[in-house]
Amino acid sequence: MADAFDKLYTYITQFPFVRYALIVGVLIALCSSLLGVTLVLKRFSFIGDGLSHVAFGAMAIAAVLKLTNSMPLILCITVISAILLLRTGKNAKIKGDATVAVISVSALAIGYLLMNIFSSSTNLSGDVCTTLFGSTSILTLTTAEVWLCIALSAIVLAVFVLFYNKVFCVTFDEDFARATGVKASAYNLILAVVIAVIIVLAMNLVGSLLISALVIFPALSAMRVFKSFKSVTVCSGILSVVCTLLGICISIVYGTPVGSTIVAVDLVAFGIFMVIGNFSGRVKA
Amino acid sequence: MALLTCKDLCPGYDGREILHALNFSVEQGDYVCIVGENGSGKSTLMKTLLGLIPAVSGEIIYDEGLQKGQIGYLPQQTDVQKDFPASVKEIVLSGFCAGLKLRPFYSRSQKQIAQENIEKMGLTKLKKRCYRELSGGQQQRVLLARALCAAQKVLLLDEPVSGLDPAAAENMYELVGKLNKDDGMTIIMITHDLHSAIGQADKVLHIGEKVFFGSRGQYLEMLDAKGFSKSGGAENG
Ligand SMILES: Nc1ncnc2c1ncn2[C@@H]1O[C@H](COP(=O)(O)OP(=O)(O)OP(=O)(O)O)[C@@H](O)[C@H]1O
Ligand SMILES: [Mg+2]
Repeated sequence: MADAFDKLYTYITQFPFVRYALIVGVLIALCSSLLGVTLVLKRFSFIGDGLSHVAFGAMAIAAVLKLTNSMPLILCITVISAILLLRTGKNAKIKGDATVAVISVSALAIGYLLMNIFSSSTNLSGDVCTTLFGSTSILTLTTAEVWLCIALSAIVLAVFVLFYNKVFCVTFDEDFARATGVKASAYNLILAVVIAVIIVLAMNLVGSLLISALVIFPALSAMRVFKSFKSVTVCSGILSVVCTLLGICISIVYGTPVGSTIVAVDLVAFGIFMVIGNFSGRVKA
Repeated sequence: MALLTCKDLCPGYDGREILHALNFSVEQGDYVCIVGENGSGKSTLMKTLLGLIPAVSGEIIYDEGLQKGQIGYLPQQTDVQKDFPASVKEIVLSGFCAGLKLRPFYSRSQKQIAQENIEKMGLTKLKKRCYRELSGGQQQRVLLARALCAAQKVLLLDEPVSGLDPAAAENMYELVGKLNKDDGMTIIMITHDLHSAIGQADKVLHIGEKVFFGSRGQYLEMLDAKGFSKSGGAENG
């Protein structure tokens, strides 16, 4: 155990990319978990899932075009898809799910197809695996990407704090919000854009398949134990940051894939919170 | 000018009208009761008035002085998810959401008024509790307190006393009556409770196969004439 800490300490002090990974990891974990509460409650989590596949497709396009900085393109495509998905979701409630499924599967398939046809890489399945599960990409961030991540996270956090009360109102009862004159559709739009940004950010951390876990797990865990919106939001933020830090550290020390390790830690935390929730529920009753 | 005027308004869903060509107007300070059988379209009409669903045809003209942020609304049902974490206090405060405009946080006076409304509704002890863990009647009171926070000029209530115990219902009517008389709040209320509610109302809108809109006196006369006053107590209200 002491060995592991030593190893971790040397890594953090000696390699800047490890520090970058920790900083970016914490920021992404915080953003995704705060928004996660709203996403889960608004039944938007399926949109998050669809978007992560769109982001994968966008990444494939960027790879084919051989862009050196793929982030802006991916961001653009994902934000536009988010807005479109939200529209269809509202127009035809029943077909919303199906639309998301169609879009996400198509994006996944086309992304893989593009990579397959145009990629010159000798290790194609390795590349695909990396994008899907984010095995190492967080450890290969450039300084520019780190700064972009920091800036975007700061914007996301600021938007969330400034719109916190409105987000609550619209999430809890959209009809009431609209009836009393809150511009619910504007806030839904803001939410969609923010979700898209978070998903693109989180792709670096856990890969596009596991993003949903990062968004949903902390919120679900917190909802097991806490009963007010504020406490759930705060708890899920803290929980997510702790789990992510733990996950990154474990993966550095033991050489496990970063994304899956983080999700595994989140899963363990969810189990613990579920037990606590059951226990405290029974004590009260 | 009237606060809101409906001209040949046909509320309905997906282009299929539920009610045909309603004509009525509500003045500032009115207390209007909307009555009718189950499924006659009362809730639909209220949602149309609020702009939640588009009218099939016809128009609603609002007074220019009436802004969106001055309307309070108590829905008949709120489909809140089973595990939504929200405390009573958070929900009541959210009534002020439209009043925030561009400000991000609630002001001290808004928190003060929310607290007063919580007390008025007898929710002081439940303030920190989770909404989903309350009884149906308690939930109804929470939503009422929220509606009171939102209402500056107009309060629309969809069956406000359903699920309340008799004392709470009486209390509720008293409160609404006071808001109307003392604060000049315009009240539009859907109710099945002819006895207590219509006793207070200035005007009655009866919807169903036959539509009636007029003063309470006229409505009671009409009920007597037709002899279909089912609720026995309406005439002495
Ligand atoms: N979302 C909807 N889509 C289509 N039709 C609807 C919808 N909601 C209600 N209806 C129909 O509209 C009619 C009027 O419903 P509404 O809820 O307005 O009745 P109500 O007068 O409020 O009844 P109650 O006294 O039970 O509250 C009903 O026949 C109902 O079947
Ligand atoms: Mg109704």
